[in-house]
Amino acid sequence: MKFGVIVFPGSNCDHDAWFAVNRNLGHPAEYIWHDSPTLSGVDAVILPGGFAYGDYLRCGAIAKFSPVMAAVRKFAADGGPVLGICNGFQILVEAGLLPGALIRNRNLKFICREVRLRTETLDSPFTSAAEPGQILRMPIAHGEGCYIADERTLDELAAEDRVAFRYVENPNGSMRDVAGILNARRNVLGLMPHPERATEPLMGSSDGLVVFRSLVMAFQPTAA
Amino acid sequence: MSTVAITPDLVAQHQLAESEYRKIVSILGREPNYTELGIFSVMWSEHCSYKSSRLHLKKLPTRGKLVVQGPGENAGIVDVGGGYVIAFKIESHNHPSFIEPFQGAATGVGGILRDIFTMGARPIAVLDSLRFGPLNDAQAGPRNRRILQGVVAGIAHYGNCFGVPTVGGECVFEPCYNGNPLVNVFALGVAKKDDIFYARAAGIGNPVIYVGAKTGRDGIHGASMASAEFTEESKQKRPNVQVGDPFLEKLLLEACLEAMQTGAIVGIQDMGAAGLTCSTCEMGSRGGTGIEIELDLVPQRETGMTPYEIMLSESQERMLLVAAKGREDEVFQVFRKWGLDAVTIGQVTADGLLRVRQHGQVVAEIPNRELADEAPLYDRPHTESPVRPCPEGTHPSPARELMPPQQALLALLASGDICSKRYIWEQYDYQVRTNTLAGPGADAAIVRIKENGVSIAMSLDGNSRYGYLSPREGAMLAVAESCRNLAAVGALPVAATNCLNFGNPERPEIMGQLVAAIEGLGDACRFFDTPITGGNVSLYNETLGEGIWPTPVIGIVGLMPTAAPVTMDFKAPGRSIILLGGLGNCDETRFGGTQYAKVILKELWGLPPALDMDYEKRVHDAMREIVAAGLAESAHDLSDGGLAVAAAECCLGGVGAALHFESDLSPEFLLFHEGPSRILISTANPDGVAEIAARHAVEAPRVGITMNSALAIRNRDATLVIAKIDSLNAIYEGSLENQLRS
Repeated sequence: MKFGVIVFPGSNCDHDAWFAVNRNLGHPAEYIWHDSPTLSGVDAVILPGGFAYGDYLRCGAIAKFSPVMAAVRKFAADGGPVLGICNGFQILVEAGLLPGALIRNRNLKFICREVRLRTETLDSPFTSAAEPGQILRMPIAHGEGCYIADERTLDELAAEDRVAFRYVENPNGSMRDVAGILNARRNVLGLMPHPERATEPLMGSSDGLVVFRSLVMAFQPTAA
Repeated sequence: MSTVAITPDLVAQHQLAESEYRKIVSILGREPNYTELGIFSVMWSEHCSYKSSRLHLKKLPTRGKLVVQGPGENAGIVDVGGGYVIAFKIESHNHPSFIEPFQGAATGVGGILRDIFTMGARPIAVLDSLRFGPLNDAQAGPRNRRILQGVVAGIAHYGNCFGVPTVGGECVFEPCYNGNPLVNVFALGVAKKDDIFYARAAGIGNPVIYVGAKTGRDGIHGASMASAEFTEESKQKRPNVQVGDPFLEKLLLEACLEAMQTGAIVGIQDMGAAGLTCSTCEMGSRGGTGIEIELDLVPQRETGMTPYEIMLSESQERMLLVAAKGREDEVFQVFRKWGLDAVTIGQVTADGLLRVRQHGQVVAEIPNRELADEAPLYDRPHTESPVRPCPEGTHPSPARELMPPQQALLALLASGDICSKRYIWEQYDYQVRTNTLAGPGADAAIVRIKENGVSIAMSLDGNSRYGYLSPREGAMLAVAESCRNLAAVGALPVAATNCLNFGNPERPEIMGQLVAAIEGLGDACRFFDTPITGGNVSLYNETLGEGIWPTPVIGIVGLMPTAAPVTMDFKAPGRSIILLGGLGNCDETRFGGTQYAKVILKELWGLPPALDMDYEKRVHDAMREIVAAGLAESAHDLSDGGLAVAAAECCLGGVGAALHFESDLSPEFLLFHEGPSRILISTANPDGVAEIAARHAVEAPRVGITMNSALAIRNRDATLVIAKIDSLNAIYEGSLENQLRS
């Protein structure tokens, strides 16, 4: 299964995503430059963390206009799996591929910390390899990760089982402890914590592999 | 040519002495014009020329078998095996951080990162050494709190966006930093040994290319500002502080590393202090060449800038490079891809001159070598630091009623220097690049190099209380502690960088501190085999005539095989606890520099703890062998606060300890003396540890056993400490935020 890692000029977790997939998961990964109009035949797309175009405006506000995002939109519309991590989540929200918004952490500071996530649904290509309710340890590293949406949207996400992960101890003030959400079709996941930073014991946790292994199970072209 | 008349007043305003001006005239064979005066003034500022310290810095050891590049380049370089090298250096941004904490600290990070990647190395770690006035200072407290928050946010802003992990550092509070906070930033990068780039302008006729941000009027005379004391008027210098753009720096990083791969780049240097002036003349001087530039070609942010302003601007995120003639397009193509300006502004010449033109007219013409390397050199008068006597009635004295040891321990755990700095380091992305094996809070930070299976351990240390009592011994103790931190995680120290923060060197007692500290550093670094490959000197850290205490900060890097690191937390109950190095000894002359004396007695006297370097080194060797044999479940070096604080810190992970001593030392000396050469270990194999220690002729008494949920310390029949870990944790973790809220 071939992963594409989108590289915006200010992406800084692109190498980490590539390393997690290529070395720790053992699947090929390639970089896709932000002005590329196509995704060159990858099976899954990762929007990595970072500061896409500096993010001096709202995070992701400029990235949604980049050429590659048109290709990502089409890829998602065709059912291709898209994983947005941290800044990638912010971009997906700005691009309208996921509902709600991500605003500054409640304490108004950047927070880098390991958190615990509760897996809320197994009904997605990103979580199918998890145990029901499985607690996953992985780090967050963001200044603007407080998830907000109107009550109706939050109710809808819950009713449609589209909250993939919630924080066990809410670090940033996210409404209803939301850490990661799915689109209606369940092929796009945005999450603030970094699964790619939890893919081997030396990183302190391997729990992030659950997300990547689920993807492989669901989408590997040769899988039965 | 400029028409501004050069008067003695104008020369004085440029902080050039009369003798220095005469030297300029003799170099040029004529009077300088205004632009040339400005150029000389920044290049010959203390910050750029090291004119007070150079003579003494020569005494430092700089060579070693792994050293590829010593001082004199943008960063030192050390071979780490497998075809890879590391480039690293520490720099200060003290003055700007006082005037504008957020941008001052942010651009401090930006500057040192450029020093690293200009050598072809991708930055993989940053550490910062911070010093502020006390947060609860009666007068300066509110300002100190604001400066700390601004500095931390600035470092976070720049490092996080750029994508380099901030993996460690230190933060210390003393009244002497009320008007002079210290912000020292260390950065380390990794490169292939065959892909190192140097800041040399070679090849007559090769194009000189300007890349990165446009030049504005910001930061003019920043280097000179950093070479003067602060006065009441200093706040007016805020426009001298530059504004950083970490996103642009990230683009510059990627573009430079990619352009270097083309093979078309001959030499490259960042524009930091003294901007275009420094980068042109230093590259020319190192290459033995001249450089000719046309200022009309320099990308400018505003109109109507004078040659003086363009040459002295310290706008951030700019680089100067020399490319191979005819291959400019390969370079331009890369920078275009990253959306950056890249313009040929001149060429390398054979005449050794820095020739600056504007509108075709020559506006400055100065020999590169004299400008860059012939700065005045001063052997300033210096006096020995006096011994600070032990005041009458000071500890230990029956006349003085002492705090119960347990209460003292809790007070120390809550004190600014010792308490948890989580509030600070959680604002830093300390994990990006997924190489961080040990991050903030550890004895030494560890990052792995994915390519060659080697990990780099790093530690920054300095103790200005010790430095105040004895600049020489204080510097040696800093080196010893840094090396001990590395030993505690099993790493072998291989090289060092230093940042020397002092007051006004024109005062003999301050100059005496500087000279003694350099000698101490030199002796210790020679002994521990850690050559100093570069660094920074920051003088004139004074406000209204009040200088800081001598604050040499040492950064030592060490090597170890990539593996799960040994950390300080006790791991399981029932394990033996061994005090490698032994209890040590202490008397009242060596107790006045301790944290106990600071926090509990509120005094400072005598001499710093006594250091036996030979014994210290044996402790390190034993420790590394214990780690290599897999015998250390946990390890933590004893430093600030001594034995009791170290033991408490080992318990904070949740597993406690019962310690029992049979010592003649008074409880205060036993628990809180800061004698070096000691590491607290927990192990499942005490005999194995004892055997290794004995072989190195190092004491290794078994002092207790790990247990659940509490810390108990007894000496003979007296219980000195008995505390629940939860309560220790609450005090240790909550203190800094409480102080910031007050």
